[in-house]
Amino acid sequence: MEPEGRAPRVTRRTFASCAAAAAAGWILTACGPRRLYEVPRERLKKGLADLERRYSAQYGTPVTVADTPPMPGVEFAYALDISRCIGCRRCVYGCVEENNQSRNPQVHWIRVLAMDKEKGVDFTHADPYYEAKEVPEEGHFYLPVQCQQCRNAPCTKVCPTGATWTERDGIVVIDYDWCIGCRYCMAACPYGARHFNWGAPTIPTGALNTSTHYLGNRPRPAGVVEKCTFCIQRSRAGRYPACVEVCPVGARKFGNLLDPDSEIRYVIEHKRVLVLKQDLNTMPKFFYFYGT
Amino acid sequence: MTFARRFLRFVSGSVRLILQGPGLYWAWLAFLLALIASGGVAYARQVGTGLVVTAMRDQVSWGFYIGNFTFLVGVAAAAVVLVIPAYIYDWKPIREIVVYGELLAVSAIVMCLLFVLVDIGRPDRFWHLVPPWGHLNFPQSILAWDVLVLNLYFVVNFVVVTHILYRAFTGRHYDKRLVVPLVLLSIPMAVGIHTVTAFLYNGLAARPYWNSSILAPQFLASAFCSGPAILLFVLQVLRRFTRFEIQDEAIWKIAELMAYAMFLNLFLHGAEAFKEYYSDTEHLLFTRYWYSGLGEHRTLVPYAWSAVGLNLAAFVLFIVPAARRNWVTLNLGCLAIYAGCYIEKGMGLIIPGLTPDALGEIYEYYPTITELRVAAGVFALGFLVFTLMLKVAVPISLGEFLDQPDGERHLRPASAS
Repeated sequence: MEPEGRAPRVTRRTFASCAAAAAAGWILTACGPRRLYEVPRERLKKGLADLERRYSAQYGTPVTVADTPPMPGVEFAYALDISRCIGCRRCVYGCVEENNQSRNPQVHWIRVLAMDKEKGVDFTHADPYYEAKEVPEEGHFYLPVQCQQCRNAPCTKVCPTGATWTERDGIVVIDYDWCIGCRYCMAACPYGARHFNWGAPTIPTGALNTSTHYLGNRPRPAGVVEKCTFCIQRSRAGRYPACVEVCPVGARKFGNLLDPDSEIRYVIEHKRVLVLKQDLNTMPKFFYFYGT
Repeated sequence: MTFARRFLRFVSGSVRLILQGPGLYWAWLAFLLALIASGGVAYARQVGTGLVVTAMRDQVSWGFYIGNFTFLVGVAAAAVVLVIPAYIYDWKPIREIVVYGELLAVSAIVMCLLFVLVDIGRPDRFWHLVPPWGHLNFPQSILAWDVLVLNLYFVVNFVVVTHILYRAFTGRHYDKRLVVPLVLLSIPMAVGIHTVTAFLYNGLAARPYWNSSILAPQFLASAFCSGPAILLFVLQVLRRFTRFEIQDEAIWKIAELMAYAMFLNLFLHGAEAFKEYYSDTEHLLFTRYWYSGLGEHRTLVPYAWSAVGLNLAAFVLFIVPAARRNWVTLNLGCLAIYAGCYIEKGMGLIIPGLTPDALGEIYEYYPTITELRVAAGVFALGFLVFTLMLKVAVPISLGEFLDQPDGERHLRPASAS
């Protein structure tokens, strides 16, 4: 460190101040106020009441916005019997009505893919726009896809504002009032389960489901992302999701993974079960199985 | 108070400089302002109606805006290609034009941030990203990293450039204790911003086209071609219209560095293409959509081969010493590099990454007029910033715009003492 000893000393100082700045930034990030859902209880109640008033005025009918928390000892999971599904798409439209999806532009949380029996589960040859006079079509089977509620969810990891996260009962939720609409989660989702409100969502008068949940089916603004929440407004109240109820062939099973006597546990323990894109290690809580 | 008065003189002098210029300068400004106005009108419509006015949909959820963003991060990063030889090897001919590289970086970052802003669905909630009011999901989200490094890079370059220029304005040499560490920091940061931007895509296992470890090195290689290509144009314009002397040697040296970068870029593309085509897995679909189309879906194929052709042509023009020393072929090469990298980094990276979508559906994305107008507006705004900064920076470097306290006494506020 003779004549040129000056430069490294300055560099070290710069390094130290940069490290200090980084630490300060990190602390600032960690201590800052949280997303709207994490505000103090009192303010949240007031916020929900405000929302109810706003939606009720907007749709001309009393709307409730619940914030039912997860039930202790419950982790939800879903199973779909591929050999039973007939591709009737009743689940798609049942979901639209239950969850107040936009009718124009059209948003569908469930996508039913028609696949060739010869090729098996193969997305390359899947057809989401099949128009059959009668289902099931000869030589085809159907694979409905919706949010897989991954344990190792790529979508929540990438969200820059923490507007989407996994609840204690395993449901991946979105705070529509905190999402900035960057759509990074949509790029990260391997199942095409996330949908964006490209335009202002429209729901015809009288068609609104007025029983809503803050993290679920309450009306969404334009410019934010939404997706399936296992009908959080129903499942947390001990009911089945709308798609399970509407399915005419009983292909859809839903229940508590932590309850050894539940139907979902029976399916997982006794049937040949698979998850989509297993190699991506997303660990879905949405299983597919061949019941027969 | 001396500082305040001097700074005031700097600001008023700069404004006067900006307001003077030949007809061509005003025509250029009018052109940029027209594009900005057109982009502003288109953007207002987009904000009013929603992103439905773009061609983006759930299947292809990122498009032209994010493509431009990615390309411009590369341009911003490329300033380093000039900074390295200038400061590490103390190579004088390049050293004097480093300031312009950094001005370009500053303008490019402005454009990057604007492209992100026009892409998001809720620009009114931008503050959700900004602690302590918002919540930045750091370190999990790579987008949070990108927000941090881009803004930091902007600040570093802005501080260095304004410090050097302001000191020159006051007739002093810049402060080595400030500039050298910041410049040394800006080198890894330039590599950093582009690496982080590559990781943004690279980290998504859902998109096999992006989930390749070659992405970050390839990003850097193509950035080190396209960034200097823009700068070579700018330097020639400066030489033509001002007294500014830029040695031929400096331009040729930059062109030589660009040839090596282009070689690396082509090599990395080749390596990726080999892996995809030889292993021939289902992940080949995305590469095939880009180079040969899937069935009747062939929208991007002409772009893919134009990019390959332009990049190859540019490589030949720049690697042959005689060609890079000939002004006609040099400029043709720059144009080819700029266009080639713009296509491969913009449309060529984003669109095939999302086509077919996660469930195998093919939605052919092609930007709408609104998207083109908004993008043109953002580019125009960036060029306007760059032009105005040059308008002040060049006279300072030439020693034409110097602090003259005696001649400017009337600017001093009456109460100052």
